[in-house]
This record gives sequence, C-alpha cells and structure tokens, in this order.
Amino acid sequence: MASFLLILRRDFRLAFRRWSELATPLMFFVIVASLFPLAASPDASQLRDAGSAVLWMSALLSSLLALDGLFRSDAEDGSMEQLILSPAPLGLIVLAKILAHWVVSGVPLLLLAPLIALSFYLPADALPTLIIALALATPTLSVLAAIGAALTVSARGGGAIIGLLVLPLTAPVLIFGTRATELAVTGASTLGPLYLLAALAVFALSLGPLAASAAVKVAME
Amino acid sequence: MTEFFLMGGYAAYVWSAYGITLIVLMVNIWAAYRRHAGMLARAGREGRLEASGRQPTVREI
Amino acid sequence: MGFVRWFHQLASPPYVYRLAGRLAPWFAVSGVILIAGGSYGGLVLAPPDYLQGDGYRIIYVHVPSAYLGMLAYMVMATSAAVGFIWRMKMAHGLAVSAAPLGASFTFLALVTGGIWGKPMWGTYWQWADARLMSELLLLFLFLGYMVLRASFDDREKADRVSAILAVVGVVNVPIIHYSVEWWSTLHQGPTIARLDAPAITMDMLAPLLVMIVGFTVLFAWLLCKRLQGEILDREGRARWVAQLTGGVSA
Repeated sequence: MASFLLILRRDFRLAFRRWSELATPLMFFVIVASLFPLAASPDASQLRDAGSAVLWMSALLSSLLALDGLFRSDAEDGSMEQLILSPAPLGLIVLAKILAHWVVSGVPLLLLAPLIALSFYLPADALPTLIIALALATPTLSVLAAIGAALTVSARGGGAIIGLLVLPLTAPVLIFGTRATELAVTGASTLGPLYLLAALAVFALSLGPLAASAAVKVAME
Repeated sequence: MTEFFLMGGYAAYVWSAYGITLIVLMVNIWAAYRRHAGMLARAGREGRLEASGRQPTVREI
Repeated sequence: MGFVRWFHQLASPPYVYRLAGRLAPWFAVSGVILIAGGSYGGLVLAPPDYLQGDGYRIIYVHVPSAYLGMLAYMVMATSAAVGFIWRMKMAHGLAVSAAPLGASFTFLALVTGGIWGKPMWGTYWQWADARLMSELLLLFLFLGYMVLRASFDDREKADRVSAILAVVGVVNVPIIHYSVEWWSTLHQGPTIARLDAPAITMDMLAPLLVMIVGFTVLFAWLLCKRLQGEILDREGRARWVAQLTGGVSA
C-alpha cells in the first residue's frame, strides 16, 4: 500500500512538472470537438444529434494521447527497471501510475466536457449523467491506453500504433457512454448503460494493470 | 443448366461471392507454399555458405 | 507415448516441422473434397429459399468464413498464451501462422456479407448489423497483432508482446460482441433482414456443415504449411535444417 501511494505521489509531481504533457490532450479534446461543426454544419439540430458522438470520440482520442508517454520517460531514464526490481507488485505500481495520470488528465476532461456539450446544444439536465458516464468511462479508457502504451514502449514507431491496437477495444465504452448520453437527453432512465460502464471500469482496473505490467516487463528484457 | 448460372436473378451476387472466396483461398495457398519454398531455399543457401566456410558477399545476404 | 511426452515433443522444431509436413497433404485433399462437395450441395442440391430465392446461397461461403475467423483468433490467442507461459517458440510460431489466415477469413466474411447484403438490405454495408460490426473489429484485432509484431526487431520480444495483445483481445472479443449486438438492436429498423437463411431446413443445413468442416480442414492445411515456413525462418541455421536441404553444416 505504501508503495502504491508513493508512486501515486511521484507521478502526480512529475505530471505537474511537465504540465504541457497534461494540457496537450485537453487542448486536443477541445480542438477536435471544435472542428466538427466546421466539418459538418453549425446547425443546432444537427449538432445536437451528433454532439454526444463527437464528445465521446474526442474524449476517446484524447485519452489515448494522454497515456502515450506513460511508460516511455521512465523506460528511457532507467527508473522502469528499478520499479520492476522493487518488491512491490508491478501491477500495483502500474495501477498507481494509471490512476495518477487519470486524475490529472481525466478530471479536467470531466470539467471541460459539459462546456463542449452545451456548445453542441445538448440540454443542461443531461450534463450530470454525462459527467458521471465520463467519470466511469475514462478510467477504462486510461487502462486500455496504458496497455497500448506498455505494448509499444519499445516498439518502432511506438505511439502511432497505439490507436490501432487500442481503439477496437474501446468500442463497448463508446457504445454504452453514448447510449447513456442519448438517454439523458431524452430524459429516460440511464441506469442500464451507467451500470455497464461501471462494470467495464471494475473489470479493466482489476485486470488491465496485470496485462500492462507483463508487457512492460517484456519490453525491458 | 442456365438456371444454375442465373441463380434466380442473383447471379452477380452469388458468383462474385463464391469467386472472391475462391480467389482469397487460392492466394492464401499460394502464399503459404511460396513462403515455405523461399525459406527452404534460403536455408539451403545459408547451409552451402557455411559449409564452404567463406564470408558471404553482399549479393548473397 | 504419454501425453506429457508428446507435449514436450511439440517444443522441438524438427518434430513439429515433420509432423506438419506429414499432415498437410491429408488436410489438403480432404479439405478440397469437402469444400467442393459442400459447394455442390449448397449451389445445386439445397432448395431455394422462400424469401431470398437463390440469393441465400452466399451463406455457404459467408458463414464458414466468419466462423473460421473466430476459430483462427482463438487458435492465435491460445497458442500465443501457451508460448508466453511455457516459453515455447513453436507455440508462438503457430500464432504467427494463424494471424494472416484469420485476417483473410474475416476479410472474406465482411466482403461476402456485404455482397449478400446488397440485394437484401439495398446497401453493401450496414453498420447496424451486429455481426458485420463484430467482424470488422475482429479484423482490426488481427491487423493490430500483425502490425505490432512487425514493429519489433527482436523476434522474441515481438512474440511475447504480441502474445499479451492477443490475450487482451480474446478477453475483449465477447464483450465487444455483446455490446455491439445490444447496440444494433437499438438501431435496427424493422425492415432490416438479418443475414440468416430463415426457417433453415436439414437439406439447407447439411451443405453448410460440410462447408464449415471443409473450411476448418483447409485452415489446418494452411496452418501446417505456414508453420513449416515459420519454423525454417526461425531455425534456418540449425543442423537438422541443413540435413533437410542437403547442405552440410559446419
């Protein structure tokens, strides 16, 4: 437990020092969402229809971006080997890194998303559901992106192929997240998709770090 | 017999589907055999090279 | 010979190479016969469908392709996992051999599905068809495995990292499949026909089963040949290979 908190604090501090690494995915999220009306149409009804989809796709892509460098800097400066050698289980360490990353990149996303949603003319009473859905979905996305980052940390052209590997796996999150948003817009009960998102998050958080740590160990061999 | 080829009006669809299936399967068979033969040839070349005991020239690598 | 001993023999490249070489012709002949027979049964013997007429006969190539795509993924993921856990190069070799075959079958399933869809739905592609969507995502999983392997220069690292990806994928496949299916039921209009031959009778089913078995045997044949090539690629400089090619090793 102590090592978990230690890594959590360490990664927080490192993340805040490299604030540009944090800001970039958030700016990416805003920019991608903002380009959509240019590409499609600024018409209110069309934006409302597409708004939920665009929001979720942008959140998906920016999560991927945020976690790209999760292991790379540690791998490059040698701290990764130290972490592997430490007595604490690597899965726990990886979980701490993912969580730290999620807090600094996912939480601002939760604050920005309502603004984007309102700009897409989504009704205000859908916003609480949207935030809850994103809060449940972004940890899963972070875990999946972390697995992708771990798999590609020593690969040629690493960051570029994370998308190819991870995006198909994010389909269920996308499906349930957009469904929850759609239901919230129409005022219906959103419990079903939210429960499913929660289930996915629990599943991802429990097994994902194992896969990521196995991949990191292989990469460092 | 012509009925067979016409497939009740769906000829274009049925035959193109079976056609592409045949093509993809044949390509896979060809590719698998070609890879095997290529690897066999390469192993043969490397074996002869090692047996002769000389260094490989650029062309042989 | 006990099972355990046989399993250990599977770790030996020359043993697996020779086994694959002996099995391949049997699989080839029986596979071709089954597929030819199944095609004849499907195209000629099976009766036309009440609703779809003769158009439904695409099922005899579409369903086996889809099924083999899934089977290939299971083979790939299982052998990659075995290779990872027991550090067996041959298991990784099997996974590598299965990947392009699985991608081909999945591609075929998508194309034949689209061709079938055109007269039935009016379009070549229907996003709301759950099975096509799942097939598409499966194709991406295959391609991801192959791309990831290609981005490593060290073969052992490539083996082990892509094994992790394959296992992560296989765990996700049922989740993806069910969520896509759930999603498609929300978006399907009443006029969209599922890619099924409705009210399937035995004389329609029999050729389908023959085709599925035939495709599976063909897959086994191609796995054997690909595995042989893969073994030679990995073990090219070994003594047993030199004896095979008639050269003399040092």
